[in-house]
Amino acid sequence: MQEKELKIEKIRNGTVIDHIPSGMALKVLKILNIDENIKTTVSIGIHVMSKKSGFKDIVKIEDRYLASKEIAKIALIAPNATVNKIKDYEVVEKYNVVPPSEIAGIVKCSNPACVTNANEPVVPEFYVISTDPIRIKCKYCEREMEREDIIQHII
Amino acid sequence: MLKGKDITTIRDLSKKEIFEIFEVAKEMVPIAKGKSIDLLRGKILATLFFEPSTRTRFSFETAMHRLGGDVISFADPKTTSISKGETLADTIRIVDSYSDVIVIRHSYEGAAKLASKFADHPVINAGDGAGQHPTQTLLDLFTIWSNLGKIENLNIGLLGDLKYGRTVHSLALALADFGANLYMISPKGLEMPEHITREINEKIKIKKSENLLSVIGDLDVLYVTRIQKERFPDINEYLKIAGSYRIDLSILEKAKKDLIILHPLPRIDEISPEVDYTPHAKYFEQAFNGVPVRMAILSMVMGVR
Repeated sequence: MQEKELKIEKIRNGTVIDHIPSGMALKVLKILNIDENIKTTVSIGIHVMSKKSGFKDIVKIEDRYLASKEIAKIALIAPNATVNKIKDYEVVEKYNVVPPSEIAGIVKCSNPACVTNANEPVVPEFYVISTDPIRIKCKYCEREMEREDIIQHII
Repeated sequence: MLKGKDITTIRDLSKKEIFEIFEVAKEMVPIAKGKSIDLLRGKILATLFFEPSTRTRFSFETAMHRLGGDVISFADPKTTSISKGETLADTIRIVDSYSDVIVIRHSYEGAAKLASKFADHPVINAGDGAGQHPTQTLLDLFTIWSNLGKIENLNIGLLGDLKYGRTVHSLALALADFGANLYMISPKGLEMPEHITREINEKIKIKKSENLLSVIGDLDVLYVTRIQKERFPDINEYLKIAGSYRIDLSILEKAKKDLIILHPLPRIDEISPEVDYTPHAKYFEQAFNGVPVRMAILSMVMGVR
């Protein structure tokens, strides 16, 4: 993309999450716990024209680098996303996201009868049983959830 | 070795461990019939039945008594601290400190798994909502194995409500692991759920049918489940279907001579009472097997076998 076409400014330091499926940027923010208490600038592009895949979302977070665990979480809802580490306007590292083999405390079980949805002192935990398409399985009630279900139940 | 092991789902057990349970259960049969022993003297089983049960609870308690152990339990969950708002996790921590092994039935799916997280002693799942009921699966498998000497390559028909029946899902998965040939015979709308058949299909081929008559001649085992009236908006539809799935002497004329019929019970009218007196009927033996199988499990998780 030419610089003059850029709708979102380049950032000096921080993280650029690119190739998020169109419309999923806000979910990515949720996964990264970016809320009203944010102290740095975050730019979001939703439904941006993409050379690769029609439309995409893009998120730029200034002055924050993501832990590998956070990058793995993004893979749950944006399996083709790339994460770019930016220093002094340059991409210094670039990762493809890879889902973790197990997750805890990110997604709520979609089964209302699951014990993790009762008032018990446990966090919901899942095995990732397939990555493409994404499928996870509750460690407690064994209910399986697919992408749409996962997106709706992000904590 | 099963010592100290939780049994919350049938998947907690390897095939080898399941066969070990069968061997011990076989030895337990005469003791279950009335010759109590002292194997678990001084040990305490806590039975926590938050949901009503007669067979499962009685057979666990009988199993413990036959082995010389003691049982603690509550008569009615409404009288426990859970009804005051205590978490299941806290109840488990406390009961765990009073006992050597816990058996739990609860309406929440995954409740036994949660209990196993908070208990130091072994936890055995006696049914969690619509989820797992592994000891039922074990006694079903044991009944097949003890009657026919094997499970592999047997033609096993699962009949009736395969959609909602809790026992039939874990049984189907276990049978697939053992290499049985599965026939699924159910009315439209009550078929085995997709996520179960997908998993089974990775291991073996399934034959599906709506018609029992067309497959009964192939079967070595027929596992009958109850079709519940409540699943049908139209009572006439129910009566029609229930009638076509009823096992009676005339349908058995087409069966193999050594076909065995199982049913997790209670039955309503899926199996005609005249069938009870044929050599095919093994459902009462199956219910009895709950005792020796649970004796085997209790003694093995407590490390005395």
